[in-house]
Amino acid sequence: MTFGVKIKKFKLTNAFLTMNKNIIYFDYAATTPLDSRVLKKMNPYLKEKFGNPGSSHSLGQQAKSDLEKSKEIISQIIKAEPEEIIFTGSATESNNLALKGIAFLNFQKKKHIIVSAIEHDSILKPTQWLASQGWKITKLAVDKFGLIRTEDLEKAISKETVLVSIMHANNEIGTIEPIAEIGKICKRKNVLFHTDASQSFGKIPLDVKKMNIDLLTASSHKIYGPLGTGCLFIKKGVKIESLIHGGGQEFGLRSSTPNLPSIIGFAEAAKISQKSMIKESQRLIKLREKLIKGILKSIPRSRLNGHPKKRLFNNINFSFSFVEGEAIVAKLNAYGIAASTTSACASEKLEPSHVLLACGLKPQEAQGSLRISLGRWTKEKDIDFLFKVLPEIVKNLRKISPFKG
Amino acid sequence: MYTNKVLKYFSEPKNYGRIKNPDGLGKVGNPICGDVMWLYFKLGKNKKGEEIIKDIKFETFGCVAAIATSNMIVDLAKGKTIKEALKISKEDIVKALGGLPPIKLHCSVLAVDALTEAIYDYLIHHKKPIPKELEKSHEQIEKEKKIIKQKYKSWITTENKLHKKAKK
Repeated sequence: MTFGVKIKKFKLTNAFLTMNKNIIYFDYAATTPLDSRVLKKMNPYLKEKFGNPGSSHSLGQQAKSDLEKSKEIISQIIKAEPEEIIFTGSATESNNLALKGIAFLNFQKKKHIIVSAIEHDSILKPTQWLASQGWKITKLAVDKFGLIRTEDLEKAISKETVLVSIMHANNEIGTIEPIAEIGKICKRKNVLFHTDASQSFGKIPLDVKKMNIDLLTASSHKIYGPLGTGCLFIKKGVKIESLIHGGGQEFGLRSSTPNLPSIIGFAEAAKISQKSMIKESQRLIKLREKLIKGILKSIPRSRLNGHPKKRLFNNINFSFSFVEGEAIVAKLNAYGIAASTTSACASEKLEPSHVLLACGLKPQEAQGSLRISLGRWTKEKDIDFLFKVLPEIVKNLRKISPFKG
Repeated sequence: MYTNKVLKYFSEPKNYGRIKNPDGLGKVGNPICGDVMWLYFKLGKNKKGEEIIKDIKFETFGCVAAIATSNMIVDLAKGKTIKEALKISKEDIVKALGGLPPIKLHCSVLAVDALTEAIYDYLIHHKKPIPKELEKSHEQIEKEKKIIKQKYKSWITTENKLHKKAKK
């Protein structure tokens, strides 16, 4: 969404944000800029290394070998095997493949799927569609922090249940679900467990074996990799139906000529994120805590959404009473600050965020939400600048608002 | 997505706030869907001795478009007679703002509703004749208010139930 403020073109350098003095980017959960190291790695694959992995000549075979190397890199990060990784076009596609692929194969046997109430639309919409086709869907409620209760999950699993899909970390409020516990329960009850790790892959250590994960979704553009690439981990032995039929690429599960430049970039981005994970999480947690404390202190009637501790190191989500989120985002944008909201006004549906509502917020409280997500180029001075402008913005909007509290 | 005029009317709002003992007060919208507009006015006389909207202010909870349209209708209505003010259409507002994104057109409707409701409030309290058109639009607004209340009642209850279940 743009508000008409002219912003200079992003420069594809590591320091692109600091070099671009016109913008402070606080929307890393939406997408991230490409890391220049990733671009460098991708470049040859856009030019001379253009072979199709399906070709038998040396260009093709080189491409095939590089594709496999990328699988190896991704699989190592989640402690899986290379042949358990399927590259897709997006995390949305991976989620669709996981849900529908498992559902279609079990048609006429088991028809029950369990998800949480705060899943991303790329989980909720496919399950809605599956429900229209006769599947039974259970949506697990969450507490005020956005956490599911594992007791609820245990109760919800029946003989009919084929799949449990619960996200690792929520995209809006950053809450981290207890996926290791969930995995344990699913294993004991003999149902498949899928987790959408789009927001956590590259940020939180993942071990599909220890966590008993059968399927896992990851995304490239959330970790400074290129857009248009995601992957789905499918544990060896898990049977799944393909959604895209054709040349039989990706073990017949995702026909399409692989998007090798992006896949190479995805693997490189994952490698960098994995390497810098501990340092980066320590750095950003400090900034996150400073930001949360500062805003809650300086803005009356403000609250933090999501869990205070069990949250992504880069996610912050506030609600401000009596004002509306899109208006806050527009005012911030005028100062060159990019942030986001999930208010009804900012959505095509004109309904406030299902995540905040599921956490028990009243619709009018959910309207005043502001998500600030930090990333690789967030500096302390960016947060200090936010402290200067945000309290004033909220104060001014409250002056216009009929609700004063 | 917004024109410069919309952004200007959003970021530099004038004539907002409350008027004590207003002659007319219109309250429209619903915080659940995202926009609430309250519009106040006081009447006075112009040089010709006609009764006009002398002072008019708004209070709005809502997005960029909601604040800009509130600000614009207040601009358009100031100095007009009741009869003239009732002629202000949503198209007039959209035109004056240089356009609105399609999903935000409803904000211009809300602004017109706020003004007509304020005028209705004035006429009914002063036992003045109410034009048929105005009566009709008032009934329509009341009807919509009820629908929203009902629509969201069930929604709020389901969400509450979900929440309580999790709390147990």
